[in-house]
Amino acid sequence: MSWSAALSLALRALWRNKTRAMLTALGVIIGVASVIAMVAIGAGAKQRIAEQLESMGTNSLVIRSGTVTHGGVRTGAGTTTTLTLDDAEAIADLPDVVEVAPSVQTSAQVRHRGANWGTAIQGVTPGYFRVRSWPLSEGELIDPAQVAGAARVCVLGQTVVRELFGLVDPLGETLVIKGMPCRVIGVLTEKGATAWGSDQDDAIFAPITTVQRQLEGITHIDRIELTTTGREGSFRATKEITRLLRQRHRLTEGMDDDFRIYNRAELAQTSEESARVFSWLLGSIASVSLLVGGIGIMNIMLVSVTERTREIGIRMALGARPRDILWQFLLEALVLSAVGGLLGIALGLAGAGVVARFSQLPVDVTPVSVLIAFLFAGLIGVFFGLHPARKAARLRPIDALRYE
Amino acid sequence: MAAALIDIGDLRKVYSLDGVEIQALRGIDMRVDEGELVAIMGPSGSGKSTLMNILGCLDVADSGSYRLRDQDVTHMRPDQLARVRNREIGFVFQGFNLLPRTSALENVETPLIYAGLGRHERQERATAALGRLGLSDRLHHLPSQLSGGQQQRVAIARALVTRPSLLLADEPTGNLDTATSAEILTVLEDLNREDGLTVLMITHDPEVAQRAQRTLHLRDGRLEGPS
Repeated sequence: MSWSAALSLALRALWRNKTRAMLTALGVIIGVASVIAMVAIGAGAKQRIAEQLESMGTNSLVIRSGTVTHGGVRTGAGTTTTLTLDDAEAIADLPDVVEVAPSVQTSAQVRHRGANWGTAIQGVTPGYFRVRSWPLSEGELIDPAQVAGAARVCVLGQTVVRELFGLVDPLGETLVIKGMPCRVIGVLTEKGATAWGSDQDDAIFAPITTVQRQLEGITHIDRIELTTTGREGSFRATKEITRLLRQRHRLTEGMDDDFRIYNRAELAQTSEESARVFSWLLGSIASVSLLVGGIGIMNIMLVSVTERTREIGIRMALGARPRDILWQFLLEALVLSAVGGLLGIALGLAGAGVVARFSQLPVDVTPVSVLIAFLFAGLIGVFFGLHPARKAARLRPIDALRYE
Repeated sequence: MAAALIDIGDLRKVYSLDGVEIQALRGIDMRVDEGELVAIMGPSGSGKSTLMNILGCLDVADSGSYRLRDQDVTHMRPDQLARVRNREIGFVFQGFNLLPRTSALENVETPLIYAGLGRHERQERATAALGRLGLSDRLHHLPSQLSGGQQQRVAIARALVTRPSLLLADEPTGNLDTATSAEILTVLEDLNREDGLTVLMITHDPEVAQRAQRTLHLRDGRLEGPS
């Protein structure tokens, strides 16, 4: 029996039971559609997470002064005083490092005329605002000369402006920080809260030297934020910085690092891993519905074989070999799953589009997921079609002909 | 003397029905030559249908030999038997056994599909076969739209279309009225006389058996009288 003849027999048999065929295919349609939509939503979520991480900067590192052990007492992060501005300059020369921003932090009660406000004081260099990609709203930023001269100037975050000045223009006004007068030269744009909920706009920025010498009386720095050439660069830079700082701080082998390096790219990896797990989870749940669709095909094919036992007998009497009967029923199952697969793809694409439109979640339909869902549907057709088809092919002609 | 088309020796078949063994055939020897029109008669339970099924390669005997047109079909596998049914045998059943909801033309085309013929040749030969039986204007009718006599003609056309060497008719007039029965018997006679087609009819009707050149009587799984 030729392929075209077998296919035409299968199509005709399905056409005679249109409603039943459509309902059977519906199981596969829903299965394939949900696989495609779920995978698309999962991929979209993954992409959204990747974008957010990228906007946070996966190419940035933070170095903090670390712990030190004094006779068995470990003092905790940020307690050593070995990180210096010279370290920052040495790090800036490393090949994978683009920009460094050393800083010191303190907090103080700040006064302006009658108002006062407790806020964070950040001692920074001009590089800080570039590393944080934080644009100015008005006025000007701290320049290198002001850092060199430990000038008594500052740039304000929006929260500080609101709390201390209200509607008054802060530019040119003088604040008092721990008794030190300080002229406001610029105001930053609003940055909002961090992912951890702290208000980034609630801070005053002054030259790092000013904070070190005039407010704190220290020579070390608390942290260095820096950008690297990229995600790979940040992993390389982590190693280079570790080696450089251990050398500069004269740490011999066996001694702990006196600094900590926090790599955003590591965080990104963790988040992407959870997004991947999420995608797989959605895909697996959808696959179950495809499986149920396959069982529907098997069910209907078994009913069909029983109903058409006499027809099978007649065909055998007319010369159909067992394999001809096998192919006829297997092809019917395959056509059901293939048609279901194609309609399912269409429905899945439409469904993903609707989700994208109403939830504002990104969805990402990949050709690979469409192909896999379709092949999976075909595989299900073969798998669940084979048993009924074999049952039909194994009938003895005489039993099939006599069947009432 | 004409060549033997069917040659069976000591054919035996035992059925087990609910644990009770029924000896359907107890050693049949029989020979049918090419071009004969033979009737097999016998009361129900005599083993007629069993013999017919084995002759039609729908069933196999427990022991004995069966040669059909010089092929030993006794030990053939199911797919080889299917090929023999397709090429050598045409069936006409009491209940017509047309494929339901399938047009007359498609019914007649069916054996040619399994013979591996192309669509064009299938349609040509099926149309010719139906024309020969006077059904040229019924090609696209469904079995349910045809009378009993017409349905049996479609079945005969389907049996002929592969140009078989043997036509097996199992009570071909059993479901038909007298006039239509006579008509169908005439068709079978014509095929035998004009085309030299060997026809083997199973019947319990003596009038039908009279139309045959030779009648074999089957009783309790054995042939009576001369074979």
